[in-house]
Order: sequence, then C-alpha cells, then structure tokens
Amino acid sequence: MGDAPVTTTGNRALMLEEPLLFEIGSTDRTGVDFETTAPAAAGLGALARGDIGLPGLTEPEAVRHYTRLSRQNYAIDLGLFPLGSCTMKHNPRLNEKLARLPGFADIHPLAPRETVQGALQLINELAVWLIRLTGMHGVAMTPKAGAHGELCGLLCIRAALEARGDARQVVLVPESAHGTNPATAAFCGYRVENIPATEAGRVDLEALKARLGPDVAAVMITNPNTCGLFEPQMREISDAVHAAGAFVYCDGANFNAIVGKVRPGDLGVDAMHINLHKTFSTPHGGGGPGSGPVVLSEALSAFAPLPYTARTADGVVHLVEEEDAERFSQEHFGGQLQSFGRMVAFHGQMGMFTRALSYILSHGADGLRQVAEDAVLNANYILRSLEDVLDAPFAKSGPCMHEAIFSDRGFAGGLSTIDVAKALIDEGFHPMTMYFPLVVHGAMLIEPTETESRANLDQFITALRSIAERARAGDESLKAAPRFAPRRRLDETLAARKPVLAWDEPAPDGAGLPTPSEVGDR
Amino acid sequence: MRYLPLRDEDRAAMLETIGAPDVEALFSDVPEEARLSGPIEGLPLHASEMAVERHLGALARMNVPAGEVPFFLGCGAYKHHVPASVDHIIQRGEFLTAYTPYQPEIAQGTLQVLFEFQSQVARLLGCEVANASMYDGSTACWEAIGMARRITRKTRALVSAGLHPHYVSVCKTMAKFTGDTLETAVPALAADSDLADLASRIDDRTSCVVVQYPDILGRIEDLQPLADAAHAKGALLVAVVTEPVALGACRAPGEMGADIVVGEGQSIGVGLQFGGPYVGLFATREKYVRQMPGRLAGETVDAEGKRGFVLTLSTREQHIRREKATSNICTNSGLCALAFSVHMTLLGEKGLKQLAAINHARAVATAERLAAIPGVELVTPAFFNEFTLKLPVEARPAVHAMVERQVLGGVSLGRLYPGEAALANGLVVAVTEVVTDADIDALEAALKEAVA
Repeated sequence: MGDAPVTTTGNRALMLEEPLLFEIGSTDRTGVDFETTAPAAAGLGALARGDIGLPGLTEPEAVRHYTRLSRQNYAIDLGLFPLGSCTMKHNPRLNEKLARLPGFADIHPLAPRETVQGALQLINELAVWLIRLTGMHGVAMTPKAGAHGELCGLLCIRAALEARGDARQVVLVPESAHGTNPATAAFCGYRVENIPATEAGRVDLEALKARLGPDVAAVMITNPNTCGLFEPQMREISDAVHAAGAFVYCDGANFNAIVGKVRPGDLGVDAMHINLHKTFSTPHGGGGPGSGPVVLSEALSAFAPLPYTARTADGVVHLVEEEDAERFSQEHFGGQLQSFGRMVAFHGQMGMFTRALSYILSHGADGLRQVAEDAVLNANYILRSLEDVLDAPFAKSGPCMHEAIFSDRGFAGGLSTIDVAKALIDEGFHPMTMYFPLVVHGAMLIEPTETESRANLDQFITALRSIAERARAGDESLKAAPRFAPRRRLDETLAARKPVLAWDEPAPDGAGLPTPSEVGDR
Repeated sequence: MRYLPLRDEDRAAMLETIGAPDVEALFSDVPEEARLSGPIEGLPLHASEMAVERHLGALARMNVPAGEVPFFLGCGAYKHHVPASVDHIIQRGEFLTAYTPYQPEIAQGTLQVLFEFQSQVARLLGCEVANASMYDGSTACWEAIGMARRITRKTRALVSAGLHPHYVSVCKTMAKFTGDTLETAVPALAADSDLADLASRIDDRTSCVVVQYPDILGRIEDLQPLADAAHAKGALLVAVVTEPVALGACRAPGEMGADIVVGEGQSIGVGLQFGGPYVGLFATREKYVRQMPGRLAGETVDAEGKRGFVLTLSTREQHIRREKATSNICTNSGLCALAFSVHMTLLGEKGLKQLAAINHARAVATAERLAAIPGVELVTPAFFNEFTLKLPVEARPAVHAMVERQVLGGVSLGRLYPGEAALANGLVVAVTEVVTDADIDALEAALKEAVA
C-alpha cells in the first residue's frame, strides 16, 4: 500500500480523480443555449412530465469531466492492445473525417430515395468488395454486430432448410468456438451439441463426421480458430457437412488473418459474418458499435434479410424493402428471392460502412493481402520470441495465424494468467485476452495485428519475458499488480453479489456500499 | 502503405527469428489450392488519402443532407442539433479507440461513462435500472419481448398497431424462429389508438403488451390503464420510445406502470447517419435485472477501498452461459452511448425540458399551419413533435413532388405500410428545434402545391 494517495485531493499530478456527473452536476445547470424561449408546453395536460433528476453541466465543466475520464482509459491510440480474437488495430482518422461528411452523417434512413443515391452506391460498393474478398455470392449488410451477423447467417440457413421442407434441429459447435456461437444457435431455436477439439487444437474431423446426420442443420466453425490456428481440413469439413445436407457457418471474426490471401468461399463456407471493426479498422468506442455484414453462398443468398441494395444490369443501385421485394425478385431474379424478413429497423451501420470502405480503398487488393501477411508475421514473431519462457501448447502444431496462444503452465506460487495480465498494465501495455479459449489452461491469447512496428513488439516481448520469468519463480509481488493504474484490482465479486447499477442519493447515515473491511469478511 | 509500419528489412529479420524461409511458409496450413498467388484480380490497388477523399466525397455529394433543406422527416429517426463538444469528446482517442472494458483498472473512463449513462437512461425512462445500451431501438424491442417470455413463461405478445412497422417486422422475423406468437395490426388513420382494444384482449397466455409512446402517428396517451390491465393477468407492459426528447415534456412510461421500457437513443447526441449506428435504450424494474440482456456497468471498490466500476452480472451472458445465455449479444453501442450521455449532460434537466418545449411548440404551430391547407386534415389529437396529416391525395407522390421543391416534407405512410390503401394518404411530419420559420413557410408552400 506504499502507493496510497498522499495528496489532499486524491489527485496525482496529471492523473485526476473525477467524481460522478451526479455528484458535480445539478438540474438547474445547462451547457446549451437555445435560440428562442418557447411558451410552456401546451396540450400535454395530465401527461406533462414532472421532475426527472437529470444533472447538467455547463460546457467547460462537461468538457473537463469527460476529458478527465478519458485519461483513465487505455486505447489503441496509446499503445499495443493485444486482445486476441478482438483485433485492435490502428483506426485511421481519414475514416472518421469521411464518415462525418454531411452527405453521409446527416441523411435520414427514410429519405426519398432520389436524395440518397450516393449512400446506396456506397453500400453497394462495399458489398461488392466483401463478396469478392471472400469469394462468396451475396452479402447481407444490415446486421449490427458480429453476433447479430451470426444470427443473420443462421436465420438464412434455417430459411433455406424450411424452403426445402427440411426441419433440422441441431447445430454443431466445436468447443473452441466463441460463446456467441452456441448462444446464437439456441436463440434461433436450435439444439446445440459440442464437437471436441483434437490435441493439436483443431476440430476433430472424425468426431464431426460421426455426428453428422439428417437432424443437423449447420456446423458453426471459427476459422482461423480461437487457438489462432488455421483449420487445414476445412475443405474436408465443408464437403462432409454438405454431403449430410447441412450448411457451414464460419465465424469470420478472424478474417483479418487471411484477407486478400484466402477466400472462404473457395473452402466451402456457406455463411460468414465479417466484423468490420476488426478486419476493416472501424473504431470500437469502448465496446461498440460493431457492424457484422454476412457473406452468403449461392444456396443462401436468396434468403438474405431486407432491406438490401442490388445493382441491376443497367447500373442502377436499388434499395429493396418490403414493398419492392416481390416485384424486384420477379423482375430481376425470376422470383427466386425469398428474404426471411427484416432484422433491424433501418439499413444497418452506415457510419461503419463509410469507415470500412475508406480503409479498404486505402489498402486496395494489394494492401489487404499485406495486412494478412504482416498480422500473421507479427503473431509468429511473438510466438517464437516467447515460447522458451511461456508454455505454448500449440507451438509444435506449426505456425500460428494472427494470434499466438500461451498457457500458465509452469507458473509457481499459485500465480496465474491474471497476475501476468495485471503486471503488463504496470508496464504500460493493455493485457492480452485471458482465460479464452477454454480449451487451454489459463489461456493467454495475444494478437498484435499488422499495425504494430517491430520496435513495439520487441518492447512488449521484453516486458512479457520478464514478467513470465517472475511468474515461473513464484514472485508474489505480481499479485499486487497493477500498482500504477488509476485503480488497483477491482472487486468483481462484490459488484455481482450486491449490484449497484445506477447512482442514487447517498443515504444520510453513510450506508450504501460496504466498507473494504466488510468486503474482506464476506 | 501508410498504415503498415513493418519495413522489408524488419520482415526479413523477423522471419529469421521465426525460422521461416518466407512469409508464405507461415500460411502452410492453408491448402495450396485455396491460397491466392497475388492480389485478387478485378479489384483496385491501394490509393492515396487524397484519392480516397475524392471518391467518397463525390458519393457524399450525391445525397441531400438534412441540414441543407427544410427537413421534416421522423418516424424513428430525428434531426436534432448536437452541440460541438459532443463530437469533440467522442473523437478523443481514449474513448474512440478503446475496446470493451475487460481490464477495468485501465478502463475506468469507459466504465464510469457507462454507469452514468445507465443512471441517466433509467431516470429519463422512469425505471429503476438500465443497461449500457443495445444495438438500436428495434432490436431492443425484440429483446424486450424475449425477456417478457423468460419472466412470464408465456409466449403470446400483443403488439400495438401504433408500433413502428419496421420494429414490428423485426419482431415478426424473430418470432418465426423462437415460437413466440405476435398479434398485431396496422394503425387506422384516425385519432383513436388501439390501447383500449389491447387491454380487452389480454388473457392468461399473454406474456406482454407492446406499445409505442409517442406512437407511429405521433399520438400520446396515458399508459397506466393498459399497465393495470396487463398486470391483472400476469402480463408485462413493454413500452417503446423512438423519440427520447419527448420524455422532456411527457410523462415517462416507467412512471405509468411499464415494466420494460426500450428506446432508440439516436435523437440525443448521435445524428441521423442513414440509420446507424444508433443506440438502443433498455430499462426495467430492479427485480428483473438478471433477465435483462446486454452489458451492465456496476459500482464496486478496488483493493485500496476506492470506488471503481466494472462490467458485472456477466453470468447472464453468452461467454459464460453459452446456449443458456439471456441473449447472444456480445457488444453494445458504447461510443453512441457516450455521445448520448455527453449531450444529455450538456442539456441537463433544464436544457432537456427547454428543448422539449421548443420541439412541442414548433410542432403545434406547424400542425396548425398545415391543417389550414384546404383538404388537409390533422389526424393526431395530442402529440409531442410529430403528427400525422391526412392529405386529399396519396402522400407518396406528394413527398416526391416536395423533393422537386427542395423540401423533405415528411414520411408517407404508404412507404411504411405498402399495400395498405387506407393509409396511403397519411403523411407523418416531424418538427424539431432545427426547423426555422422559413422552413415552415417552405413546407406549407410545397405541400399546398403537392395536394392541389
């Protein structure tokens, strides 16, 4: 506790403590001046609103409040953010500038179509890139995040099966899959069964083949998988799944490892979501928004959700919504299109489309290929530079793809992955993904991405080597990390056991949150 | 390639460390026949910053931004003025380029913002707890129906004809696959809504009643009688708010007995963006919190006893519960939640109420002007900032005729309800604080001409 604050304010030079908005604002303060003062609300009578309890701040107070808070965040703009399976790469500011052009940022989703032709063209242009980069047949642009894209893909599969009168009930999910995969399958009414992984961290093809049958609707597979490995038998998996009358859903969260190098369509994939924020660098803003377009095989494209854009032979980009769907299908596709419906109110994440297209055009087909190569090169550099001090369970399985996986095997003194992670914080790095995937004990999943220089990687490797050596030696002081972050380790158990989810006036007797000693007693 | 820091000599040295002859060797697990030997043909190569700006700039100029013409579109997305400091704050790299706060010790900025957002949303919607945002209002609406099913263990949802038709479509799509039954209708171009009818149809199989407030035609009504009727049969009331600014003037659904209140937060801080990204609001009673989907930030203490914030109650979520999770959602709309929260902080209660009063007053004035046009009839009796007109002609061509006069004059019900002849003459007009007197003059003139 030698670092406990000794200042009167609790501030430490540039690191300033910031109270809650509710503790510094008041309901009679505002940071907005309006042009006119309107007469009091008329005609609302008994429905007029009383007190709400929303504090306000003037503009300088608000700017300070949020600026101070921002400085308690780690971000990709500050340094390496090696969260495996989350893919944190540089977010180019050109993308931000272009997304803010009034022609994109200030148009209404229900605007008359003649006033939004540029936006429709942009959506269509991005759609064409996604289709060509993946070697697929069609794309559903509207899903609002990766997991929403999974839902879209499975709904396409279900609609395709129903169209042929085939009521299959089971979705097979390898145990290394993202937790969203089984959750999504269950959400669309499927029974989920797990498929084991081999010792080499791949899907057990024999186990998969043995389980395939007339009740299986789809297999959800992540490739490259969550162990950072490519599934070399992907084609055999797809062929077996198709032979059984089922579909292959590929979790495309890791598409950045192969973009421009490999087309999933060539491997037999039927549906794959693409997290635009991962592969195509749209910023994730502390947890979102995401954007999860889904590319689709020929067998599934006809079932894609509304609305969608489509360019016809005459070069016109159509916006197809409920009212046009049937006529459009008749006129241009012989009545083949049978959309499963709508899954969001409007056209999806237009702001993300703009950013992603800006990124894609900046890189071009050659640059995107380089993206995958550099991402994979950087990950293998990390793997080979640390495998002598950290257990690397799949190091013998060959090269990794865009992320390297280590375990906490060999640590002494009860130290675990979390202690290494928190020690990395003190060294100025955001930690890697911890304890995921579940198939590796105390997993540390490190994804450097292609936007890290060799010097950055070397600095990270040096820091992690030193921490790993301390962990192997049982250095208890690691358990006290982080010591230099805005907060020491936070009590997550207390937060879940006694949830405090909104600010409330403090009770006059000081009751409320338990004191640290009570926390220790529980 | 300006975004890629490795130089060729770096690559060579790294390959030597790895012990690989070339980068292709690192892709050896990919079957040979699936590996592309060069850039995909038919796609352009990398482009300069200027070239990309030129291309996207040209596309942007093909669109008509709301700020450049008299603008009256609503129906679930609204044009409001956003103070400059909102965009300044959300462009700070520490907010913009952060990820999900998985390491709370170095993510207190995001986590405190989410906690403050939850507190603001709960108060605005009149509920006890709110989550840290959903994708948008429409998906939040569907999640509310799913949550009502889990709580009541019933599957019949009664959906008001006043619910936004896109929201209805989303719910219908999902219900096809989850076994829920949705009973819904299209609205009538009339002053009366279907709330009384809904109350009479609630039975023991009903999981929830879903209503919009203000509804798709702009109508506002007291929800309390419907809430009472639902509760008498063990059903929940789900209220949907697509224009949160309304809650600066109108009683909140949570204050009128709604059990789950969801909303589209786009109006506050986010901007139109052709439909996304937006920010879904989701609030409920404390007793239902463990059935609530989405992320939650909670208060706790650190090892020194200092207050701090973490993501919490994650045992409901997909990464722990997998196929038993309350939803498959694994992201929120964090940056849009930040924009909402900053704008709400700048407004404060005082500013929000002023903003709402201006919206309402301008809408009332506009409605009076337009209803005076021969043949045009105001349908909505009580409204906030959006109302429905019945035109003497079909509204769809009228909207396009107004575009010819550089006026975006409203949303035709014909576009929202294709095939519903009884609604074809309906025009929904939204009036916010950005509308000037000259804009109203232009709309009046354009509409007069369009219906003549």
